[in-house]
Amino acid sequence: MGTLKKKQPVFGVLAEFSNAGELLRCIERARDFGYTKMEAYTPLPLHEVAHALGHKSRLPLIVLIGGLLGGTIGFSMQYWMSVVDYPQNIGGRPLNSWPSFIVVTFEMTILFAALSAVFGMLALNGLPRPHHPVFDVKGFELASRNRFFLHILSRDSEFELSKVKQFLETQAPLSISEVPH
Amino acid sequence: MASDGPSQAAPQKPTEQPLPEDRLTKAIIREGHTLGSVTDKISDIVLTRKTPRGWYIGLGLSFCLVMLMLYSIGNLLVRGTGIWGLNAPVGWGFAIINFVWWVGIGHAGTLISAILLLLNQSWRTSINRFAEAMTLFAVACAGLFPLLHVGRPWLAYWLFPYPNTMALWPQFRSPLLWDVFAVSTYATVSLLFWYVGLIPDLATLRDSSRSRTKKVVYGILAMGWRNAARHWERYETAYLLLAGLAAPLVVSVHTVVSFDFAVAVIPGWHATIMPPYFVAGAVFSGFAMVVTLAIPLRKFYGLQDFITMRHLQNMAKVMLATGMIVSYGYLMEIFTAWYSGSEYELHMIANRMGGEYSVAFWSLITCNALVPQLLWSERVRTSLPLLFIIAIVINIGMWLERFIIVVTSLHNDYLPSSWDSYAGTFWDWSLYIGTIGFFLSLVFLFIRFLPMISISEMRMLVPAAEDPEPEQRLTEDSESSQGGGE
Repeated sequence: MGTLKKKQPVFGVLAEFSNAGELLRCIERARDFGYTKMEAYTPLPLHEVAHALGHKSRLPLIVLIGGLLGGTIGFSMQYWMSVVDYPQNIGGRPLNSWPSFIVVTFEMTILFAALSAVFGMLALNGLPRPHHPVFDVKGFELASRNRFFLHILSRDSEFELSKVKQFLETQAPLSISEVPH
Repeated sequence: MASDGPSQAAPQKPTEQPLPEDRLTKAIIREGHTLGSVTDKISDIVLTRKTPRGWYIGLGLSFCLVMLMLYSIGNLLVRGTGIWGLNAPVGWGFAIINFVWWVGIGHAGTLISAILLLLNQSWRTSINRFAEAMTLFAVACAGLFPLLHVGRPWLAYWLFPYPNTMALWPQFRSPLLWDVFAVSTYATVSLLFWYVGLIPDLATLRDSSRSRTKKVVYGILAMGWRNAARHWERYETAYLLLAGLAAPLVVSVHTVVSFDFAVAVIPGWHATIMPPYFVAGAVFSGFAMVVTLAIPLRKFYGLQDFITMRHLQNMAKVMLATGMIVSYGYLMEIFTAWYSGSEYELHMIANRMGGEYSVAFWSLITCNALVPQLLWSERVRTSLPLLFIIAIVINIGMWLERFIIVVTSLHNDYLPSSWDSYAGTFWDWSLYIGTIGFFLSLVFLFIRFLPMISISEMRMLVPAAEDPEPEQRLTEDSESSQGGGE
């Protein structure tokens, strides 16, 4: 446990695989080994990998709240403007002619929900983030082509550089690299 | 259904052989592709391949039309909307016709990217990116028209509710204001949807380009995307939710556009058929535009592996189906007019069919109702030249349809003393043709600088990860090896 407080020599260790099956198996083994602070990099979205890493998304809730907020703002804006602040008789309709307000309410719901989906996703992902330590690893650019990477982070309580490397070697990856801070 | 006729158009070598009927995914993407080859094939167009001479010619010609558009706008701003053919009683001329036409074209992009995604139609993957781009560019062209039509475009922000010294608020009971919200929301959501879809591909371009400038530019646009599994998961959720939001949105947009007409009491406009008939017409013209763009693109960029005959056939079927709905709309318009017994409605229909604009009316029926019937034949659907011509014919027909709806109802309304005829002036035409050039220029720039097919989504169509040992493939592994994320 002494290692926990000590500054680690590296940011993490990266292992490269040629396919998703090997990556998944390696994640499983690493979990059995007790590693929890892990991230995988894959050229395409793979739900299995995210689930194996124990990921749970809060995004749908954010979008729901965004949508409800947008609808509420949309309707109350129209109500306040047409009933309270600037009442006008348009063709004898009641001031609160709510059926006429539905279109704008709907559009505002969609707009706010869509904005919260995009900005919520970016915020939860911590993007934009122009630089990240993994970018310093030579060959990491293949993560956006055809290689699959597992990253064991040094802030993991079980992290010990030599042991991690030893463990990863047993998984027969294409390469193992240290990720500098 | 999925079988491909041999292509009539391709002098290329073995690019388009008939494919066996049961191999659905293989018809979406040609056999033998791997994660790497898909990545290279699409990103090379942007990064390494020499820009074809046709691209320069195409962009050059389109750019000349952009100059024409700018000249027309400049002239309009100096001299006012009087240079258009607008006058009483036809106050909605080309500006509204072109607005409706362009917005309609945009609809196919959202339909392909959102609704087909929700319906799990994986064939959409290779056409969704440029269909979405087409949506954006079409909406940009569309937005221009009402903006200029207001007469003083520099005051167009008056359309939005903002606190102002005049102490006024917009009139929320007017469909014209609904349009402001619908179209601006649509433009925003389409842009977000397109950009979110691009982020992983921008990262791919950043990673595969060798030039420093490109790395920096694509790197900035990719916002530091690093393909992390958790990021992908949130990304996919966001993308799916956006699709779910865009699907009702796209239906609402053309519905609201149709309200501009249907809520008015003008004969020929005041009909409940308008919303569904407008939405179907939008999808119809939008798919025609996608086909118009896809056929030359796949030929000049050798993308027959990704945009296969199956895609074109499916799009032809969508055109056929929506064309039938539109034709039903035409019939219902005639029926409603007759059934209403209203003198004005009857006059409107008689005037459409036999009046001053009868040539335009019968051409639109030919273009939109009769010509698409050819698509029943598989031989027509698999013939690239025919399909291309039919798509162009539909584009023209849909423009004529909007012309007929706008002009015939307005030029002869309730008061015979105010009847007058309408025709576009030189400036009407020059602005319209100019926006086509603007649209095409944006398309040319897009295919040169951004991946026109979604690379990351195409990777998902590759049968298994690049992998020599079949038992390690994800498809077999994923079910058994997953105990769920405790």
